[in-house]
Amino acid sequence: MARQLSAIENGDLSSQLEGDGLVIAITGPPGIGKSCLIDCLLHKLTPEHKIAVLAVDPSSSISGGALLGDRVRMSVLDDDSKSESIFVRSIATRSSSGSVPSIVQSLANHLLGNGFEIVFVETVGAGQSEMRCAAISDRIIVVEGPARGDGVQAEKAGLLELADLIVVNKCDLDGADKVVNDLTMSLTITEEKTPISKVSALTGEGIDDLAKSVLKIPVRLSSKRARFREQLFMAHESKITQNPDLDSILDRMSQEELGVEEALRRLYE
Amino acid sequence: MGERYRIIIAKPGLDGHDRGAKVVARALRDGGHEVIYTGLRRTAEQIVRTAMDEDAKFVGLSSLSGAHEHLFPKICQLLRESGLGDVIVFGGGIIPEGDRSALYSSGVRAIFGPGTTSSEILDFVKVASMRNCGVGSEDSWHWGD
Repeated sequence: MARQLSAIENGDLSSQLEGDGLVIAITGPPGIGKSCLIDCLLHKLTPEHKIAVLAVDPSSSISGGALLGDRVRMSVLDDDSKSESIFVRSIATRSSSGSVPSIVQSLANHLLGNGFEIVFVETVGAGQSEMRCAAISDRIIVVEGPARGDGVQAEKAGLLELADLIVVNKCDLDGADKVVNDLTMSLTITEEKTPISKVSALTGEGIDDLAKSVLKIPVRLSSKRARFREQLFMAHESKITQNPDLDSILDRMSQEELGVEEALRRLYE
Repeated sequence: MGERYRIIIAKPGLDGHDRGAKVVARALRDGGHEVIYTGLRRTAEQIVRTAMDEDAKFVGLSSLSGAHEHLFPKICQLLRESGLGDVIVFGGGIIPEGDRSALYSSGVRAIFGPGTTSSEILDFVKVASMRNCGVGSEDSWHWGD
């Protein structure tokens, strides 16, 4: 199966498999504890459930290389009794922009088709407007934490609006309650209230409840349209990145022989 | 840019020093490869499982604790037993000259000590991938042969 995933990632195989499990994107800023939270959830949910993780880290736009380090946080991999029910794969973003490459959708479907009930997609640690994960997932969990700016941050539009569940991690630190309050205040104005969980991946507080609720996060209607919008953008982008002439067009652009409009026209020819 | 490979950089055994492993990981990243770092104190079984799930072409083992004589051959053997005979293994760290031939015959294709340049490691990756000298191959070649 690992080899099939590589073939899909390299574009040599298109998977026809699909399953009826859930793809859950976990996103949030770098260092907020996405990997550690997934580790905690795996400890609670396996071996009862069969779970796969696709952990995305950025590729260098200069060398094309990548350092994929999310596995380091996964202590659950040390537990032999769970090894049959967990599969973790590190993914580099390669040439795609944004926090999730489009190929992740095919990879996730392939895993669901191989009997996994849940696929967690851990995105690149990203900022406020990183919505690309909406295109490839059934549910979105946004991870927040204390000491991330004032209450105005909670009022800003963007990713938080798309979240099906907000997790405030690091609740063992000062300021977590304030973040929860700010977010709650902000969300009271919206019609469909997003649930908020307060947890600490470090102490384990709130993790039991989170593990129970993760399996049945209700889907929010307002995020459906945004989901299709992101899918459209993603398809558009992959048309560009998969064009064999992209490299030569970029070379000519950097030599100022081609403008953006002309380059776009050629890419779509 | 050359071919891009998925490469595991692993720290087997009870050894808490990973500056060297991180430098090598960084050099391979800058050489255009996708590097998966395992973190410290991995068992041979964990490293082999990682190589399998991540579908890696190379596994780089770093050891500064003196346990290389036991751990490196064990990992090569487990890779073969797990059907991963096409994975190419290389090592680095503090590996005395006298220990090296035994490691080469167990399937390790290169040993890089202190002072190795990053371009040498990238050259090894290029040459080794063309030779297809995985741990399961009959090829007795090693880097610097």
